[in-house]
Amino acid sequence: MATTAEPLEQIKERIDLIPLDEAREEIESGDVELIDVREPHEWDEAHLEPATHVPQGELLERIDELVPDRSERVLLYCRTDNRSSRAADALQGLGYDNVGVIRGGIVGWQEAGLPVVEPEGLTAQQRMRYSRHTLLPEVGVDGQVKLLNSKVLLIGAGGLGAPSAFYLAAAGVGTLGIVDDDVVDETNLQRQVIHTTERVGMPKTQSAKLSIEALNPDVDVVEHRARLDTDNILEIIEGYDVLVDGADNFPTRYLLNDASVRLRKPVVSASILGFDGQISTFVPYEGPCYRCLYPVPPPPELAPSCGAAGVLGVMAGVMGLLQANEAVKLVAGIGEPLIGRLLLYDSLGTRFTELKVKRDPDCPICGDAVPEIPESEMGRFPDYEAFCAGTPVAH
Amino acid sequence: MPTVKIPPVLRPQTGGDPEVSADGGTVGDVLRALAEAHPGTRPQLFADGGELNRYVNVYLNDEDVRVLDGLDTPVSTSDTVVILPAMAGGARD
Repeated sequence: MATTAEPLEQIKERIDLIPLDEAREEIESGDVELIDVREPHEWDEAHLEPATHVPQGELLERIDELVPDRSERVLLYCRTDNRSSRAADALQGLGYDNVGVIRGGIVGWQEAGLPVVEPEGLTAQQRMRYSRHTLLPEVGVDGQVKLLNSKVLLIGAGGLGAPSAFYLAAAGVGTLGIVDDDVVDETNLQRQVIHTTERVGMPKTQSAKLSIEALNPDVDVVEHRARLDTDNILEIIEGYDVLVDGADNFPTRYLLNDASVRLRKPVVSASILGFDGQISTFVPYEGPCYRCLYPVPPPPELAPSCGAAGVLGVMAGVMGLLQANEAVKLVAGIGEPLIGRLLLYDSLGTRFTELKVKRDPDCPICGDAVPEIPESEMGRFPDYEAFCAGTPVAH
Repeated sequence: MPTVKIPPVLRPQTGGDPEVSADGGTVGDVLRALAEAHPGTRPQLFADGGELNRYVNVYLNDEDVRVLDGLDTPVSTSDTVVILPAMAGGARD
């Protein structure tokens, strides 16, 4: 019988460590008592279908009741095979002489593509964390699971992206991608609440990741330290379910629109300046696209930047959160997103105005007459800088 | 009299007013009356030929006039005309 000081390799020499195929055969034969000795939260995440769950700490106590016949075949597994080896050794010490351990554990099992049972719902910890969501009938466990399985991409970790990222992370969006090639600047801190004074100079995606990890470890943050351009956009947006546009320039918005329509990705688009914000949700072919709304960009004198004209921090927060709200609705499939609706917010008067936006049948991006883009042309885009500068564009 | 909602970028041309009353029987009339009263708005709204600039969206209440009758869309006294250019915001100049 092992003492805690005995090295694992030595213990394993006494154990019947069996390879996956053999384990699988044994399990399928039905002649084996399969026991998962991991902790409850690990079992909750995924386990082998016919297994009984007996955490390692309870095994010696419960084994008598579970397997009264000590010659019966018992097969243990854990994450890899360390804990199950120790457990098997302990059982042998009790007189169980037909104990095996699955070599490689559930990690090896899943890597070999073998089936596991995943929870219908949430882990116990998640049930606690998201209880205020699951209490809402429109969300429930199903909605929360959708959020946890979703992948949302934020274009920009600035005035809009910062508040949005925080709340999407809090909501449990499983994968949050963030595209930003900029570093934290002191002038950002008046509104970009995901960054901190200590992180001035740090890449924004890195700063955002730190804040998100501290808030919610369920969220996987993917940093895209880049500017979106014609070379990288399709590759970047491909893996995401919803795109949240917080870009700070027109060429990017037009590029994003073109690419998102091609790949049929919904975009929650907002923009801010001064005391005013706008937001709409573009779902390709279901509603208008950005180009239906703004066929051509305004000249520079009609589109100043926040750096030139200023922006009320709080208003940026409101718009970013409205974006997060839209993203949550799209993912969970609830409520009424702002499809075909442009919402204007005037924070000085605290007034909302809603305008109707229609799909333009003559839209060069999503119009009826637009030919399908062949695979070879998928990655090729017009010159948006030139388009926005007002020079004629060759398609 | 119909009301015209002025977007932030044009407010310097209306002395800071976010809403201006302007009379007219059509959207075009109302906007021309606005340009008359506040000449700084004219080049932002109208191209040389008198048509609306393509980058400016105009709404009659909540409907884009492009799906109605454009500048010829009739306006009643309780209507609101909304002028809306696109915004991109951003920190860079």
